[in-house]
Amino acid sequence: MIAKEINIVDATDEELMELSKKGLLSLTLDEMKKIREYYVRMGRNPTDIELETIAQTWSEHCVHKTFKATIKTPKGEIESLFKSFIFKATEELNHPWCLSVFKDNAGIIDFDGKYAIAAKVETHNHPTALDPYGGAGTGSGGVFRDVMGVGAKPILSTDVLFFGPLDYPYDKLPPGTMHPKRLFKGSVAGIRDYGNRMGIPTANGAVAFDDGYVGNPLVYAGCIGIMPIERYVYNPKPKDLILLVGGKTGRDGIHGVTFASVELEDSSEETSSGAVQIGNPIKEKVVLDGLLKARDAGSRPLYSAVTDCGGGGLSSAVGEMAKNLGANVHLDRVPLKYSGLKPWEIWISESQERMILAVPPENKERIKEIFENEGCEATFIGEFRADKRLILYYDEEIVGELDAGFLHDTPAIARTAKWKKPKEVIPKLPRKKKLGEDLKKILASPNVASKEWVIRQYDHEVQGRTIVKPLQGVGFGPGDATVLKPLYDSWRGIVVSNGFNSKYSEDPYNMALSAIDEAMRNNVACGGRRIALLDNFSWGNPEKPEVMGALIEASRACYDGAKGFSAPFISGKDSLHNEYVYKGKTISIPHTLVITAIGIIPDVRTAITMDLKKAGNYIYIVGKTYDELGGSHYLMVNGTKGGKVPTVNLKEAKKSMDALTEAMDRGLVASCHDCSEGGIGVAVSEMGFAGGLGAKINLKKVPLGERIKTDDKILFSESNSRFIVEVSKKNAKDFEAVMGGNSFAKIGEVTKQKKVVVRGSKGVVVSEALSSLKRAWGGTIKW
Amino acid sequence: MVKVLVLRVEGTNCELETANALRLAGAEPELVHINALMKGQKGIEDYQGLIIPGGFSHGDDISAGVILANQIKYLMGNEVRAFVEEGKPIMGICNGFQALVKSWLLPAIDGPFIKQDATLAFNDSGVFKDEWVHLKPVKNHACKFLQDVKKGVYLPIAHAEGRFIVDKETIKEMNSNKQIVFKYVENPNGSVENIAGVSNPEGNVFGMMPHPERFVHGWMHPSWTRGKINEEGDGLQFFRGFVKYASKF
Repeated sequence: MIAKEINIVDATDEELMELSKKGLLSLTLDEMKKIREYYVRMGRNPTDIELETIAQTWSEHCVHKTFKATIKTPKGEIESLFKSFIFKATEELNHPWCLSVFKDNAGIIDFDGKYAIAAKVETHNHPTALDPYGGAGTGSGGVFRDVMGVGAKPILSTDVLFFGPLDYPYDKLPPGTMHPKRLFKGSVAGIRDYGNRMGIPTANGAVAFDDGYVGNPLVYAGCIGIMPIERYVYNPKPKDLILLVGGKTGRDGIHGVTFASVELEDSSEETSSGAVQIGNPIKEKVVLDGLLKARDAGSRPLYSAVTDCGGGGLSSAVGEMAKNLGANVHLDRVPLKYSGLKPWEIWISESQERMILAVPPENKERIKEIFENEGCEATFIGEFRADKRLILYYDEEIVGELDAGFLHDTPAIARTAKWKKPKEVIPKLPRKKKLGEDLKKILASPNVASKEWVIRQYDHEVQGRTIVKPLQGVGFGPGDATVLKPLYDSWRGIVVSNGFNSKYSEDPYNMALSAIDEAMRNNVACGGRRIALLDNFSWGNPEKPEVMGALIEASRACYDGAKGFSAPFISGKDSLHNEYVYKGKTISIPHTLVITAIGIIPDVRTAITMDLKKAGNYIYIVGKTYDELGGSHYLMVNGTKGGKVPTVNLKEAKKSMDALTEAMDRGLVASCHDCSEGGIGVAVSEMGFAGGLGAKINLKKVPLGERIKTDDKILFSESNSRFIVEVSKKNAKDFEAVMGGNSFAKIGEVTKQKKVVVRGSKGVVVSEALSSLKRAWGGTIKW
Repeated sequence: MVKVLVLRVEGTNCELETANALRLAGAEPELVHINALMKGQKGIEDYQGLIIPGGFSHGDDISAGVILANQIKYLMGNEVRAFVEEGKPIMGICNGFQALVKSWLLPAIDGPFIKQDATLAFNDSGVFKDEWVHLKPVKNHACKFLQDVKKGVYLPIAHAEGRFIVDKETIKEMNSNKQIVFKYVENPNGSVENIAGVSNPEGNVFGMMPHPERFVHGWMHPSWTRGKINEEGDGLQFFRGFVKYASKF
């Protein structure tokens, strides 16, 4: 027999756990027991391939056990984070433009009644830690296939990256980890080569640095696609053929999804490097070429369903599609990179650039020809059944037989959570008369500093759809969002932005709410509206109650934020177990939530950028400033901590964002920039050097939400929901009328003199030449 | 309608925007995969012009454009030679330019497929770069379909292997044949003599690294929010000139 029988029926609990650990199955004892119970009932042992299939299907990566778990908290039970918070907001908002949410490979929303937008963001953290180039590149490749997996054409790649500090001392580096700089350079190169070669513009993203990511970097790869609504299908039927298209299958990426659910160790590089996939973007490009042709070939697509072959490989792709049908799969027909693979390896390999289609038998010849004309291998490997039996063959011999009902009856798990709000510490700050040096230090800090070195390596303009680009103005300032014009014959556009701030992670509720607010205001600042959100969590080990408690806090904020802004979540993903174990000590990453926001702009020609436009124009601030320095860059550059993490007044925020959108629609806004890391000081400076124009502002005019005694706090507070807006003198009156009823104020004006001048309570606190600010901002990430 | 073949191959990725630019210039573009040409399902003789768009043909394995170049030279050499000798226009953009140079169709001082006169090497920066550059046309250049581009143009580049390299002898000949069509105002990649775009001596085959299809309307300009917008982008005139010239065949 080609398949090996695994003794489970007589195994003790200890033996079960050893089996799980040694086989990299990442199954818990309860889960192993449930499997034993099933096979005892069946009166036989599982084969290796059956056990692997169960492990893949039940992995955290594939079913998001934690987000569906029942959680015990001191205040009572929560049934499921997903149902109680994230999806609940979407359900309650019930927007008709949400076409398919949390169901397919990607979330699908309406674009213009005829076309739909597909969106997905994924993490690829553990593979990147072991192989930054391959890990980050295949992260992009994977998320592109998610969007292709609903039949959409990818038109934007996004990337948000987190690493340890670039100047981290080599001798302090934990064994088995790569230096943050190497991880950073390797990841950027991987993303660059995958996106550029596929011809998908990478035009939105961010890079952030923190000590907490030294052993465990984070890579969030996102993709936005466009498709005709009527070309969306998902209806596989019995007797439909299973078509495997794209790359050949090898031993790369075996146990990728189960590896995602264990903590990294200093030996991970040796034990798990087989879990890292190897990418080939051109292979994926020909899959895309063929897929779009098959989609558009007839009056209906030539396939009845399509899905990405990603985490879990064929076991997951075919298994999911066969969930209600069952299937016969002939593993010997799968084209291999080299011989010698065992059937179970073929079945769970995560070799890249492969997709699975369900094809009605009458389209067999035609669809194969279409793919082959594009230079894409296409192989029929089986057919769907009607009796929910999943039968795996190798050379006509049955190597595994599973009941889809049992396979997809994922065991529910229970988690325990506790949460205590950390005590607020009042930060110690010296009294300062001048703040210019602090401003330059913040501009030069790696999170704020120019990412031009990264952005220019990404082809952010291929496809000719990028209308608002990531580098703006004459001085290439940092744009808030990217605006795309997806159709050649329409001016309607998509606005894409992101938000996160893991420096606030000690207060996960406000961290998450701040991330939502930031993604929203970045979008609104460019002219976006009707915004949909994507959530992507990277968290520590959820089996620890306090980690779970933080996750509840953040999920609560997701519900409140989505409801408050009327912005539903349409897709999401979680990557848990982001920890690094070294000498028995566990280092967890800061809880990190990345929010992606997707808005609509009725006419891209009305989009707003952040560069100052004309001397003499007025500078306004929208939103109130509070004494909120918790997690701020100002405290960081002063080597201190403490303070209050920024929160959001959702009612006020929503109202002022709506008013700002109206002001933009009336043509009253010359430029607009969101106020985030580094507060007013950084926002105004960036607008200045992006536009090649100076600014003078007066801090006494800034509307405050509470009493703030010192100028530094007003200038550098990172309060949410604030915008700096440039308005011409001519439009000032109308702008003020539209903004009436909101907190806003005129705080200064644009100057011809190339200087940023800030007046505080007792005179000028900043007077810096644009050139010196730009130099500080541009000099950090430059090789 | 002028029929223009936009050549596709594994890894081509600028074909849709290129076809769009051609459509705006009044042509009827057709995207044709090289496999269809090789199988004889389509023939280039049925088209009035040929454009090889940007991308990473065959992954730029070996070096940029070289596999596609060899397909052109060895698998469809006769058809392409006939096309060139008939005087029909060919334009290669970015990866298309790399393929034209490496298949010896550019600069082709002694005619098509005779010898390799030049190459496109890695940028002097060593990395891929996406940025906008100013180009100026060289006076009295030979390119037949770009005679109407009289002023400097602003276009994006997006490449890793765009450094045009030739020896001194060749430069001399290219100059006397008026084959240098565009030069960079600020050299972004270390190209010899700031060369950005070249044609064959006859002026019907042209290639350059910058992407005219990425600037066909004013809102593709990187700082269009800063002032007066011309509805038409600088890149469209390249396609208009191409289509006008192709209409003669």
